[in-house]
Amino acid sequence: MIAEITSASLVEWSRWQFAMTAIYHYMFVPLTLGLSFLLAIMETMWVRTGKEEWLHATKFWMKLFAVNFAIGIATGLILEFQFGSNWSNYSWFVGDIFGAPLAIEGLFAFFLEATFFAVMFLGWKKVSRGFHLTSTWMVFLGSNISALWILVANAWMQNPVGMEFNPETARNEMSDFWAVLLSPTAMNKFFHTVTSAYTLSACFVIGVSAWFILKKRHLEFARKSILLASVFGFLSILATIFTGDTSAQDVTRTQPMKLAVMEGLNKGGNGVGLTIIGISEKDPELLSDRMRTVNYGITIPKMLSFLGYRHGDAFVPGIEDILEGYTSYEGKVYPSVEQRMANGRKAIEALKIYRQAVKEKNDNLATESLALLKKNYPDFGYGYLNSPYDVIPPVSLVFYSFRIMVGLGLLFVLLFALAWWYARTRKFDKFRVIPYLAIVCVPLAYVASQCGWIVAEVGRQPWVVQDLMPTNVAVTRIASGWVVTTFWMFAVLFTLLLIAEIGIMFAQIRKGVTEPRI
Amino acid sequence: MLKRLWNIYCEGFRHLPRWGRLLLAIVLAKLLIMFVVFKLLLMPDYLNKQYTSDQEKSEHVLNILINKP
Repeated sequence: MIAEITSASLVEWSRWQFAMTAIYHYMFVPLTLGLSFLLAIMETMWVRTGKEEWLHATKFWMKLFAVNFAIGIATGLILEFQFGSNWSNYSWFVGDIFGAPLAIEGLFAFFLEATFFAVMFLGWKKVSRGFHLTSTWMVFLGSNISALWILVANAWMQNPVGMEFNPETARNEMSDFWAVLLSPTAMNKFFHTVTSAYTLSACFVIGVSAWFILKKRHLEFARKSILLASVFGFLSILATIFTGDTSAQDVTRTQPMKLAVMEGLNKGGNGVGLTIIGISEKDPELLSDRMRTVNYGITIPKMLSFLGYRHGDAFVPGIEDILEGYTSYEGKVYPSVEQRMANGRKAIEALKIYRQAVKEKNDNLATESLALLKKNYPDFGYGYLNSPYDVIPPVSLVFYSFRIMVGLGLLFVLLFALAWWYARTRKFDKFRVIPYLAIVCVPLAYVASQCGWIVAEVGRQPWVVQDLMPTNVAVTRIASGWVVTTFWMFAVLFTLLLIAEIGIMFAQIRKGVTEPRI
Repeated sequence: MLKRLWNIYCEGFRHLPRWGRLLLAIVLAKLLIMFVVFKLLLMPDYLNKQYTSDQEKSEHVLNILINKP
Protein backbone atom coordinates (compact mmCIF):
# COMPACT_ATOMS: atom_id res chain seq x y z
CA MET A 1 0.00 0.00 0.00
CA ILE A 2 2.69 2.47 1.08
CA ALA A 3 4.75 1.50 -1.94
CA GLU A 4 1.85 2.38 -4.22
CA ILE A 5 1.27 5.75 -2.62
CA THR A 6 4.98 6.58 -2.70
CA SER A 7 4.86 6.38 -6.44
CA ALA A 8 7.70 7.65 -8.55
CA SER A 9 5.52 10.53 -9.69
CA LEU A 10 5.05 11.81 -6.13
CA VAL A 11 8.79 11.70 -5.42
CA GLU A 12 9.64 13.14 -8.82
CA TRP A 13 7.06 15.93 -8.66
CA SER A 14 8.12 16.83 -5.11
CA ARG A 15 11.72 16.98 -6.31
CA TRP A 16 10.81 19.05 -9.36
CA GLN A 17 8.85 21.46 -7.19
CA PHE A 18 11.72 21.90 -4.77
CA ALA A 19 14.24 22.26 -7.61
CA MET A 20 12.11 24.83 -9.42
CA THR A 21 11.54 27.00 -6.34
CA ALA A 22 15.20 26.71 -5.30
CA ILE A 23 16.34 27.77 -8.77
CA TYR A 24 14.00 30.76 -8.77
CA HIS A 25 14.98 31.68 -5.20
CA TYR A 26 18.65 31.58 -6.11
CA MET A 27 18.09 34.01 -8.96
CA PHE A 28 17.58 36.72 -6.33
CA VAL A 29 20.05 35.66 -3.64
CA PRO A 30 23.53 36.05 -5.18
CA LEU A 31 23.02 39.66 -6.26
CA THR A 32 21.92 40.55 -2.72
CA LEU A 33 25.03 38.90 -1.26
CA GLY A 34 27.52 40.56 -3.57
CA LEU A 35 25.97 43.90 -4.44
CA SER A 36 25.59 44.70 -0.73
CA PHE A 37 29.37 44.31 -0.44
CA LEU A 38 29.98 46.61 -3.42
CA LEU A 39 27.53 49.18 -2.02
CA ALA A 40 29.36 49.16 1.29
CA ILE A 41 32.68 49.70 -0.48
CA MET A 42 31.27 52.54 -2.62
CA GLU A 43 29.72 54.29 0.36
CA THR A 44 32.92 53.88 2.35
CA MET A 45 34.78 55.56 -0.53
CA TRP A 46 32.29 58.44 -0.36
CA VAL A 47 32.59 58.84 3.41
CA ARG A 48 36.40 58.65 3.30
CA THR A 49 37.07 60.83 0.25
CA GLY A 50 33.97 63.04 0.25
CA LYS A 51 33.78 62.67 -3.54
CA GLU A 52 30.17 63.08 -4.67
CA GLU A 53 30.62 60.66 -7.56
CA TRP A 54 30.84 57.77 -5.08
CA LEU A 55 27.64 58.95 -3.42
CA HIS A 56 25.82 58.96 -6.75
CA ALA A 57 27.24 55.55 -7.63
CA THR A 58 26.11 54.21 -4.24
CA LYS A 59 22.60 55.59 -4.73
CA PHE A 60 22.24 54.23 -8.26
CA TRP A 61 23.38 50.69 -7.40
CA MET A 62 21.36 50.84 -4.18
CA LYS A 63 18.21 51.31 -6.26
CA LEU A 64 18.94 48.13 -8.21
CA PHE A 65 19.84 46.37 -4.98
CA ALA A 66 16.51 47.45 -3.49
CA VAL A 67 14.57 46.06 -6.46
CA ASN A 68 16.34 42.72 -6.19
CA PHE A 69 16.06 42.63 -2.38
CA ALA A 70 12.36 43.51 -2.30
CA ILE A 71 11.32 41.08 -5.02
CA GLY A 72 13.53 38.28 -3.76
CA ILE A 73 12.87 38.67 -0.06
CA ALA A 74 11.10 35.74 1.56
CA THR A 75 11.06 33.65 -1.64
CA GLY A 76 13.10 31.14 0.37
CA LEU A 77 10.15 30.73 2.71
CA ILE A 78 8.41 28.66 0.03
CA LEU A 79 11.22 26.14 0.39
CA GLU A 80 10.61 26.02 4.14
CA PHE A 81 6.88 25.50 3.53
CA GLN A 82 7.77 22.56 1.31
CA PHE A 83 9.85 20.98 4.08
CA GLY A 84 6.70 20.82 6.21
CA SER A 85 4.24 19.84 3.51
CA ASN A 86 6.14 17.72 0.96
CA TRP A 87 9.14 16.52 2.95
CA SER A 88 7.69 16.01 6.42
CA ASN A 89 9.55 12.76 7.16
CA TYR A 90 12.81 14.45 6.29
CA SER A 91 11.92 17.53 8.35
CA TRP A 92 11.20 15.39 11.39
CA PHE A 93 14.27 13.20 10.87
CA VAL A 94 16.67 16.18 10.73
CA GLY A 95 14.54 18.63 12.72
CA ASP A 96 16.88 19.72 15.47
CA ILE A 97 19.94 20.06 13.30
CA PHE A 98 18.35 21.62 10.26
CA GLY A 99 15.96 23.66 12.38
CA ALA A 100 18.58 25.32 14.58
CA PRO A 101 20.60 27.03 11.81
CA LEU A 102 17.41 28.09 10.02
CA ALA A 103 15.95 29.50 13.23
CA ILE A 104 19.13 31.49 13.91
CA GLU A 105 19.00 32.72 10.31
CA GLY A 106 15.39 33.80 10.66
CA LEU A 107 15.63 35.41 14.06
CA PHE A 108 19.00 37.07 13.92
CA ALA A 109 20.47 37.55 10.50
CA PHE A 110 17.28 38.22 8.55
CA PHE A 111 16.00 40.82 11.03
CA LEU A 112 19.42 42.42 11.20
CA GLU A 113 19.42 42.65 7.42
CA ALA A 114 15.82 43.86 7.14
CA THR A 115 16.13 46.50 9.88
CA PHE A 116 19.29 48.05 8.55
CA PHE A 117 17.99 47.82 4.99
CA ALA A 118 15.28 50.31 5.97
CA VAL A 119 17.88 52.73 7.38
CA MET A 120 20.10 52.21 4.36
CA PHE A 121 17.34 52.78 1.84
CA LEU A 122 15.13 55.32 3.60
CA GLY A 123 17.57 56.99 5.96
CA TRP A 124 19.58 59.27 3.65
CA LYS A 125 19.84 62.73 5.32
CA LYS A 126 17.92 61.40 8.34
CA VAL A 127 20.85 59.74 10.09
CA SER A 128 24.52 60.68 10.24
CA ARG A 129 26.88 59.57 7.48
CA GLY A 130 28.62 57.24 9.90
CA PHE A 131 25.39 55.57 11.00
CA HIS A 132 24.21 55.24 7.41
CA LEU A 133 27.49 53.65 6.41
CA THR A 134 27.27 51.29 9.40
CA SER A 135 23.76 50.32 8.26
CA THR A 136 25.01 49.53 4.76
CA TRP A 137 27.76 47.32 6.18
CA MET A 138 25.21 45.67 8.47
CA VAL A 139 23.01 44.84 5.48
CA PHE A 140 26.03 43.18 3.89
CA LEU A 141 26.85 41.33 7.11
CA GLY A 142 23.22 40.33 7.72
CA SER A 143 22.71 38.91 4.24
CA ASN A 144 26.00 37.02 4.32
CA ILE A 145 25.38 35.66 7.84
CA SER A 146 21.93 34.51 6.62
CA ALA A 147 23.70 32.66 3.84
CA LEU A 148 26.11 31.11 6.34
CA TRP A 149 23.34 29.45 8.38
CA ILE A 150 21.46 28.20 5.35
CA LEU A 151 24.62 26.79 3.81
CA VAL A 152 25.61 25.16 7.11
CA ALA A 153 22.24 23.37 7.10
CA ASN A 154 22.73 22.36 3.47
CA ALA A 155 26.29 21.18 4.13
CA TRP A 156 25.07 18.98 6.97
CA MET A 157 22.80 17.18 4.50
CA GLN A 158 25.83 16.57 2.25
CA ASN A 159 28.04 15.45 5.13
CA PRO A 160 26.05 14.73 8.32
CA VAL A 161 28.31 15.25 11.34
CA GLY A 162 27.95 16.29 14.99
CA MET A 163 24.71 14.45 15.66
CA GLU A 164 23.28 11.30 17.20
CA PHE A 165 20.15 9.45 16.09
CA ASN A 166 17.51 9.11 18.78
CA PRO A 167 15.55 5.88 18.17
CA GLU A 168 12.79 7.00 20.56
CA THR A 169 11.92 10.11 18.58
CA ALA A 170 13.22 9.25 15.07
CA ARG A 171 15.23 12.46 15.12
CA ASN A 172 18.88 13.24 14.67
CA GLU A 173 19.91 15.38 17.63
CA MET A 174 22.80 17.78 17.59
CA SER A 175 25.63 16.55 19.79
CA ASP A 176 28.34 18.95 18.65
CA PHE A 177 27.28 22.40 17.39
CA TRP A 178 30.83 23.33 16.39
CA ALA A 179 31.28 20.16 14.36
CA VAL A 180 28.14 21.08 12.40
CA LEU A 181 29.13 24.73 11.99
CA LEU A 182 32.82 24.27 11.23
CA SER A 183 32.79 21.06 9.22
CA PRO A 184 35.04 21.37 6.14
CA THR A 185 31.97 20.77 3.98
CA ALA A 186 30.14 23.72 5.59
CA MET A 187 33.11 26.08 5.36
CA ASN A 188 33.87 25.17 1.75
CA LYS A 189 30.22 25.47 0.78
CA PHE A 190 29.84 28.86 2.45
CA PHE A 191 32.97 30.45 1.02
CA HIS A 192 32.49 28.94 -2.44
CA THR A 193 28.88 30.09 -2.60
CA VAL A 194 29.43 33.64 -1.35
CA THR A 195 32.52 34.25 -3.48
CA SER A 196 30.65 33.01 -6.54
CA ALA A 197 27.82 35.38 -5.58
CA TYR A 198 30.34 38.25 -5.42
CA THR A 199 31.54 37.21 -8.88
CA LEU A 200 27.98 37.32 -10.21
CA SER A 201 27.45 40.76 -8.70
CA ALA A 202 30.65 42.04 -10.27
CA CYS A 203 29.47 40.71 -13.65
CA PHE A 204 26.15 42.49 -13.07
CA VAL A 205 27.76 45.86 -12.28
CA ILE A 206 30.18 45.58 -15.21
CA GLY A 207 27.39 44.48 -17.59
CA VAL A 208 25.08 47.37 -16.67
CA SER A 209 27.97 49.85 -16.81
CA ALA A 210 28.98 48.47 -20.21
CA TRP A 211 25.46 49.17 -21.46
CA PHE A 212 25.88 52.83 -20.39
CA ILE A 213 29.16 52.96 -22.29
CA LEU A 214 27.56 51.56 -25.45
CA LYS A 215 24.78 54.16 -25.07
CA LYS A 216 27.40 56.86 -24.38
CA ARG A 217 25.73 57.82 -21.12
CA HIS A 218 27.27 58.44 -17.68
CA LEU A 219 30.69 57.48 -19.02
CA GLU A 220 32.71 58.48 -15.99
CA PHE A 221 30.24 56.82 -13.62
CA ALA A 222 30.33 53.64 -15.73
CA ARG A 223 34.14 53.73 -15.87
CA LYS A 224 34.47 54.03 -12.09
CA SER A 225 31.91 51.26 -11.53
CA ILE A 226 33.74 48.95 -13.95
CA LEU A 227 37.11 49.68 -12.32
CA LEU A 228 35.80 48.86 -8.86
CA ALA A 229 33.74 45.84 -9.96
CA SER A 230 36.48 44.34 -12.11
CA VAL A 231 38.99 44.37 -9.22
CA PHE A 232 36.32 43.05 -6.85
CA GLY A 233 35.24 40.44 -9.40
CA PHE A 234 38.80 39.35 -10.17
CA LEU A 235 39.56 38.78 -6.48
CA SER A 236 36.19 37.05 -6.06
CA ILE A 237 36.66 34.67 -8.98
CA LEU A 238 40.15 33.76 -7.73
CA ALA A 239 38.62 33.01 -4.32
CA THR A 240 35.84 31.04 -6.05
CA ILE A 241 38.41 28.95 -7.92
CA PHE A 242 40.39 28.36 -4.70
CA THR A 243 37.29 27.37 -2.71
CA GLY A 244 36.09 25.27 -5.65
CA ASP A 245 39.34 23.35 -5.40
CA THR A 246 38.99 22.84 -1.63
CA SER A 247 35.32 21.88 -2.12
CA ALA A 248 36.36 19.25 -4.67
CA GLN A 249 38.91 17.86 -2.19
CA ASP A 250 36.14 17.61 0.38
CA VAL A 251 33.79 15.93 -2.12
CA THR A 252 36.57 13.44 -2.96
CA ARG A 253 36.47 12.27 0.65
CA THR A 254 32.83 12.71 1.67
CA GLN A 255 30.87 12.15 -1.58
CA PRO A 256 33.09 10.08 -3.89
CA MET A 257 30.11 9.13 -6.07
CA LYS A 258 29.44 12.82 -6.76
CA LEU A 259 33.06 13.28 -7.86
CA ALA A 260 32.91 10.18 -10.09
CA VAL A 261 29.72 11.46 -11.72
CA MET A 262 31.11 15.00 -12.13
CA GLU A 263 33.94 13.38 -14.10
CA GLY A 264 31.85 10.68 -15.79
CA LEU A 265 34.44 8.26 -14.37
CA ASN A 266 33.26 4.66 -14.54
CA LYS A 267 36.48 2.85 -13.73
CA GLY A 268 38.85 4.55 -11.32
CA GLY A 269 42.55 3.96 -10.87
CA ASN A 270 45.85 5.51 -9.95
CA GLY A 271 46.92 8.70 -11.70
CA VAL A 272 43.48 9.55 -13.11
CA GLY A 273 43.25 12.43 -15.55
CA LEU A 274 40.85 15.39 -15.39
CA THR A 275 38.38 15.55 -18.29
CA ILE A 276 38.28 19.05 -19.72
CA ILE A 277 35.49 18.36 -22.15
CA GLY A 278 33.80 15.35 -23.68
CA ILE A 279 30.47 13.91 -24.72
CA SER A 280 28.56 11.88 -22.16
CA GLU A 281 26.70 9.08 -23.93
CA LYS A 282 24.76 5.91 -23.20
CA ASP A 283 26.69 2.68 -23.55
CA PRO A 284 24.93 -0.71 -23.50
CA GLU A 285 28.11 -2.40 -22.33
CA LEU A 286 28.07 -0.58 -18.99
CA LEU A 287 26.79 -2.23 -15.79
CA SER A 288 23.70 -0.02 -15.55
CA ASP A 289 21.67 2.14 -17.90
CA ARG A 290 22.18 4.95 -15.35
CA MET A 291 25.87 5.05 -16.28
CA ARG A 292 27.34 6.95 -19.21
CA THR A 293 30.57 6.80 -21.18
CA VAL A 294 32.53 9.97 -21.93
CA ASN A 295 33.50 9.94 -25.60
CA TYR A 296 35.84 12.33 -27.40
CA GLY A 297 37.17 13.43 -24.01
CA ILE A 298 40.15 15.74 -23.71
CA THR A 299 41.94 15.07 -20.44
CA ILE A 300 44.86 16.44 -18.46
CA PRO A 301 46.84 13.39 -17.32
CA LYS A 302 46.92 12.67 -13.56
CA MET A 303 45.17 15.94 -12.76
CA LEU A 304 42.09 14.48 -11.04
CA SER A 305 44.32 12.43 -8.69
CA PHE A 306 46.38 15.53 -8.00
CA LEU A 307 43.38 17.78 -7.38
CA GLY A 308 41.71 15.22 -5.13
CA TYR A 309 44.68 14.14 -3.03
CA ARG A 310 47.56 16.43 -4.04
CA HIS A 311 49.33 13.42 -5.46
CA GLY A 312 49.47 12.65 -9.17
CA ASP A 313 49.39 8.87 -8.66
CA ALA A 314 46.65 8.76 -6.01
CA PHE A 315 43.81 6.28 -6.47
CA VAL A 316 40.48 7.90 -7.38
CA PRO A 317 37.46 5.58 -7.41
CA GLY A 318 35.07 5.44 -10.34
CA ILE A 319 31.39 4.49 -10.22
CA GLU A 320 32.18 0.77 -10.58
CA ASP A 321 34.76 0.90 -7.76
CA ILE A 322 32.23 2.54 -5.47
CA LEU A 323 29.63 -0.08 -6.36
CA GLU A 324 32.07 -2.92 -5.74
CA GLY A 325 33.90 -1.44 -2.74
CA TYR A 326 37.42 -0.02 -2.59
CA THR A 327 40.21 1.24 -0.37
CA SER A 328 40.83 4.96 -0.67
CA TYR A 329 44.24 6.53 -1.25
CA GLU A 330 44.21 7.49 2.42
CA GLY A 331 43.61 3.88 3.45
CA LYS A 332 39.94 4.02 4.36
CA VAL A 333 38.02 0.90 3.38
CA TYR A 334 34.63 1.43 1.71
CA PRO A 335 32.47 -1.71 1.47
CA SER A 336 30.47 -2.50 -1.66
CA VAL A 337 27.07 -0.87 -2.05
CA GLU A 338 25.46 -4.32 -1.66
CA GLN A 339 27.24 -4.70 1.68
CA ARG A 340 26.11 -1.24 2.73
CA MET A 341 22.54 -2.14 1.72
CA ALA A 342 22.79 -5.21 3.96
CA ASN A 343 24.14 -3.00 6.79
CA GLY A 344 21.28 -0.57 6.26
CA ARG A 345 18.69 -3.32 6.41
CA LYS A 346 20.30 -4.56 9.66
CA ALA A 347 20.02 -1.04 11.10
CA ILE A 348 16.35 -0.76 10.13
CA GLU A 349 15.59 -4.19 11.55
CA ALA A 350 17.47 -3.28 14.75
CA LEU A 351 15.35 -0.13 15.06
CA LYS A 352 12.21 -2.24 14.71
CA ILE A 353 13.38 -4.75 17.33
CA TYR A 354 14.49 -1.94 19.65
CA ARG A 355 11.03 -0.38 19.60
CA GLN A 356 9.37 -3.71 20.25
CA ALA A 357 11.82 -4.45 23.08
CA VAL A 358 11.14 -1.09 24.71
CA LYS A 359 7.38 -1.71 24.52
CA GLU A 360 7.83 -5.14 26.10
CA LYS A 361 10.32 -3.74 28.63
CA ASN A 362 12.94 -6.25 27.52
CA ASP A 363 16.07 -4.30 28.55
CA ASN A 364 18.63 -6.80 27.31
CA LEU A 365 17.10 -7.01 23.85
CA ALA A 366 16.75 -3.22 23.73
CA THR A 367 20.44 -2.72 24.59
CA GLU A 368 21.51 -5.34 22.07
CA SER A 369 19.41 -3.96 19.23
CA LEU A 370 20.44 -0.39 20.02
CA ALA A 371 24.10 -1.38 19.74
CA LEU A 372 23.39 -3.05 16.38
CA LEU A 373 21.54 0.05 15.19
CA LYS A 374 24.41 2.34 16.19
CA LYS A 375 26.98 0.09 14.54
CA ASN A 376 25.12 0.07 11.22
CA TYR A 377 23.66 3.57 11.38
CA PRO A 378 26.27 5.12 8.98
CA ASP A 379 24.65 2.96 6.24
CA PHE A 380 21.06 3.41 7.46
CA GLY A 381 19.72 4.93 4.22
CA TYR A 382 21.16 2.13 2.06
CA GLY A 383 18.58 -0.19 3.61
CA TYR A 384 15.86 1.56 1.60
CA LEU A 385 17.51 1.08 -1.79
CA ASN A 386 16.13 -1.50 -4.18
CA SER A 387 19.26 -1.91 -6.25
CA PRO A 388 22.95 -0.94 -5.84
CA TYR A 389 22.59 1.14 -9.01
CA ASP A 390 20.14 3.43 -7.20
CA VAL A 391 23.16 5.27 -5.78
CA ILE A 392 24.16 6.60 -9.21
CA PRO A 393 22.94 10.19 -9.80
CA PRO A 394 22.02 11.45 -13.29
CA VAL A 395 25.49 11.42 -14.88
CA SER A 396 25.11 13.60 -17.98
CA LEU A 397 23.34 16.47 -16.19
CA VAL A 398 26.03 16.68 -13.49
CA PHE A 399 28.89 16.14 -15.96
CA TYR A 400 27.81 18.97 -18.27
CA SER A 401 26.72 21.33 -15.46
CA PHE A 402 30.15 21.04 -13.87
CA ARG A 403 31.92 21.87 -17.12
CA ILE A 404 29.62 24.82 -17.88
CA MET A 405 30.24 26.21 -14.38
CA VAL A 406 34.02 25.86 -14.59
CA GLY A 407 34.18 27.09 -18.20
CA LEU A 408 32.15 30.19 -17.41
CA GLY A 409 34.26 30.81 -14.31
CA LEU A 410 37.37 30.92 -16.49
CA LEU A 411 35.57 33.22 -18.94
CA PHE A 412 34.87 35.61 -16.04
CA VAL A 413 38.60 35.74 -15.19
CA LEU A 414 39.17 36.98 -18.74
CA LEU A 415 36.20 39.36 -18.54
CA PHE A 416 37.43 41.03 -15.33
CA ALA A 417 40.94 41.47 -16.75
CA LEU A 418 39.63 42.92 -20.03
CA ALA A 419 37.05 45.14 -18.30
CA TRP A 420 39.67 46.59 -15.97
CA TRP A 421 42.02 47.32 -18.88
CA TYR A 422 39.16 48.79 -20.95
CA ALA A 423 38.03 51.14 -18.19
CA ARG A 424 41.57 52.09 -17.26
CA THR A 425 42.60 53.00 -20.81
CA ARG A 426 39.24 54.68 -21.63
CA LYS A 427 39.20 53.18 -25.14
CA PHE A 428 35.44 53.45 -25.29
CA ASP A 429 35.27 53.99 -29.06
CA LYS A 430 37.47 50.99 -29.80
CA PHE A 431 37.23 47.37 -28.71
CA ARG A 432 33.45 47.54 -28.47
CA VAL A 433 33.39 43.77 -28.28
CA ILE A 434 34.36 44.12 -24.59
CA PRO A 435 31.17 45.90 -23.45
CA TYR A 436 29.11 43.44 -25.50
CA LEU A 437 30.94 40.55 -23.84
CA ALA A 438 30.29 42.16 -20.44
CA ILE A 439 26.54 42.35 -21.14
CA VAL A 440 26.40 38.73 -22.28
CA CYS A 441 28.25 37.70 -19.11
CA VAL A 442 25.40 38.94 -16.87
CA PRO A 443 22.99 36.08 -17.74
CA LEU A 444 25.95 33.71 -18.04
CA ALA A 445 26.87 34.45 -14.42
CA TYR A 446 23.39 33.30 -13.40
CA VAL A 447 23.79 30.18 -15.55
CA ALA A 448 27.10 29.41 -13.83
CA SER A 449 25.51 29.84 -10.38
CA GLN A 450 22.62 27.55 -11.19
CA CYS A 451 24.96 24.94 -12.70
CA GLY A 452 26.93 24.98 -9.44
CA TRP A 453 23.79 24.14 -7.51
CA ILE A 454 22.85 21.41 -9.99
CA VAL A 455 26.27 19.80 -9.44
CA ALA A 456 25.86 20.05 -5.66
CA GLU A 457 22.25 18.89 -5.41
CA VAL A 458 21.67 16.54 -8.35
CA GLY A 459 25.14 15.10 -7.77
CA ARG A 460 24.13 13.81 -4.34
CA GLN A 461 21.03 11.95 -5.47
CA PRO A 462 19.41 9.72 -4.27
CA TRP A 463 20.28 11.15 -0.87
CA VAL A 464 18.39 13.84 0.97
CA VAL A 465 20.77 13.24 3.86
CA GLN A 466 23.93 11.60 2.59
CA ASP A 467 23.87 7.82 3.27
CA LEU A 468 21.09 8.19 5.86
CA MET A 469 17.89 9.08 4.05
CA PRO A 470 16.97 8.72 0.36
CA THR A 471 14.35 10.93 -1.27
CA ASN A 472 11.66 8.22 -1.43
CA VAL A 473 11.69 7.93 2.38
CA ALA A 474 11.85 11.68 2.96
CA VAL A 475 8.76 12.52 0.96
CA THR A 476 5.33 13.04 2.54
CA ARG A 477 2.67 10.55 1.49
CA ILE A 478 0.26 13.01 -0.08
CA ALA A 479 -1.53 12.88 -3.41
CA SER A 480 0.89 13.66 -6.21
CA GLY A 481 -1.86 15.66 -7.95
CA TRP A 482 -1.69 18.13 -5.08
CA VAL A 483 2.06 18.56 -5.56
CA VAL A 484 1.51 19.03 -9.30
CA THR A 485 -1.09 21.76 -8.61
CA THR A 486 1.14 23.67 -6.19
CA PHE A 487 4.09 23.21 -8.58
CA TRP A 488 2.27 25.19 -11.26
CA MET A 489 1.08 27.80 -8.77
CA PHE A 490 4.65 28.39 -7.63
CA ALA A 491 5.82 28.46 -11.23
CA VAL A 492 3.30 31.21 -12.03
CA LEU A 493 4.08 33.23 -8.87
CA PHE A 494 7.84 33.07 -9.31
CA THR A 495 7.67 33.80 -13.02
CA LEU A 496 5.58 36.90 -12.31
CA LEU A 497 8.06 37.97 -9.65
CA LEU A 498 10.96 37.47 -12.02
CA ILE A 499 9.20 39.43 -14.76
CA ALA A 500 8.50 42.22 -12.22
CA GLU A 501 12.13 42.23 -11.12
CA ILE A 502 13.50 42.38 -14.64
CA GLY A 503 10.92 44.99 -15.71
CA ILE A 504 11.48 47.36 -12.78
CA MET A 505 15.22 46.89 -12.92
CA PHE A 506 15.41 47.61 -16.65
CA ALA A 507 13.28 50.72 -16.11
CA GLN A 508 15.65 51.97 -13.40
CA ILE A 509 18.70 51.22 -15.52
CA ARG A 510 17.19 53.07 -18.49
CA LYS A 511 16.55 56.06 -16.22
CA GLY A 512 20.22 56.05 -15.37
CA VAL A 513 21.84 58.14 -12.70
CA THR A 514 19.11 60.61 -11.86
CA GLU A 515 21.07 62.54 -9.25
CA PRO A 516 23.04 65.54 -10.61
CA ARG A 517 24.66 64.11 -13.74
CA ILE A 518 28.26 62.98 -13.44
CA MET B 1 16.25 56.13 19.25
CA LEU B 2 13.15 54.01 18.57
CA LYS B 3 11.13 57.13 17.80
CA ARG B 4 13.80 58.20 15.33
CA LEU B 5 13.76 54.82 13.68
CA TRP B 6 9.96 54.96 13.50
CA ASN B 7 10.20 58.38 11.84
CA ILE B 8 12.63 57.05 9.28
CA TYR B 9 10.13 54.35 8.35
CA CYS B 10 7.09 56.69 8.32
CA GLU B 11 8.70 59.52 6.39
CA GLY B 12 10.54 57.14 4.12
CA PHE B 13 7.40 55.28 3.09
CA ARG B 14 5.49 58.55 2.73
CA HIS B 15 8.06 59.93 0.30
CA LEU B 16 8.70 56.78 -1.67
CA PRO B 17 9.08 57.33 -5.42
CA ARG B 18 6.55 55.66 -7.74
CA TRP B 19 8.75 52.64 -8.41
CA GLY B 20 9.31 52.29 -4.66
CA ARG B 21 5.57 52.20 -4.04
CA LEU B 22 5.22 49.57 -6.77
CA LEU B 23 7.91 47.50 -5.10
CA LEU B 24 6.19 47.83 -1.74
CA ALA B 25 2.89 46.75 -3.26
CA ILE B 26 4.57 43.71 -4.84
CA VAL B 27 6.21 42.79 -1.52
CA LEU B 28 2.92 43.04 0.39
CA ALA B 29 0.96 41.09 -2.25
CA LYS B 30 3.67 38.44 -2.34
CA LEU B 31 3.72 38.03 1.44
CA LEU B 32 -0.08 37.83 1.51
CA ILE B 33 -0.12 35.12 -1.17
CA MET B 34 2.70 33.21 0.50
CA PHE B 35 1.40 33.24 4.05
CA VAL B 36 -2.35 33.11 3.50
CA VAL B 37 -2.78 31.16 0.28
CA PHE B 38 0.25 28.89 0.37
CA LYS B 39 1.05 28.41 4.04
CA LEU B 40 -2.44 28.32 5.50
CA LEU B 41 -4.52 26.89 2.67
CA LEU B 42 -2.32 24.91 0.33
CA MET B 43 0.80 23.84 2.18
CA PRO B 44 0.14 23.33 5.86
CA ASP B 45 2.74 21.44 7.86
CA TYR B 46 1.70 17.83 7.33
CA LEU B 47 2.75 16.45 10.72
CA ASN B 48 1.30 19.41 12.65
CA LYS B 49 -1.97 19.02 10.80
CA GLN B 50 -2.25 15.26 11.31
CA TYR B 51 -0.90 14.91 14.83
CA THR B 52 -1.00 17.00 17.98
CA SER B 53 1.84 15.63 20.10
CA ASP B 54 5.50 15.09 19.34
CA GLN B 55 5.09 11.47 20.37
CA GLU B 56 2.48 10.89 17.68
CA LYS B 57 4.71 12.54 15.10
CA SER B 58 7.63 10.35 16.17
CA GLU B 59 5.45 7.25 15.92
CA HIS B 60 4.38 8.21 12.42
CA VAL B 61 7.92 8.77 11.16
CA LEU B 62 9.23 5.66 12.94
CA ASN B 63 6.54 3.61 11.20
CA ILE B 64 7.66 5.00 7.85
CA LEU B 65 11.30 4.26 8.67
CA ILE B 66 10.60 0.72 9.83
CA ASN B 67 8.04 -0.26 7.19
CA LYS B 68 10.22 0.65 4.23
CA PRO B 69 8.40 2.65 1.57
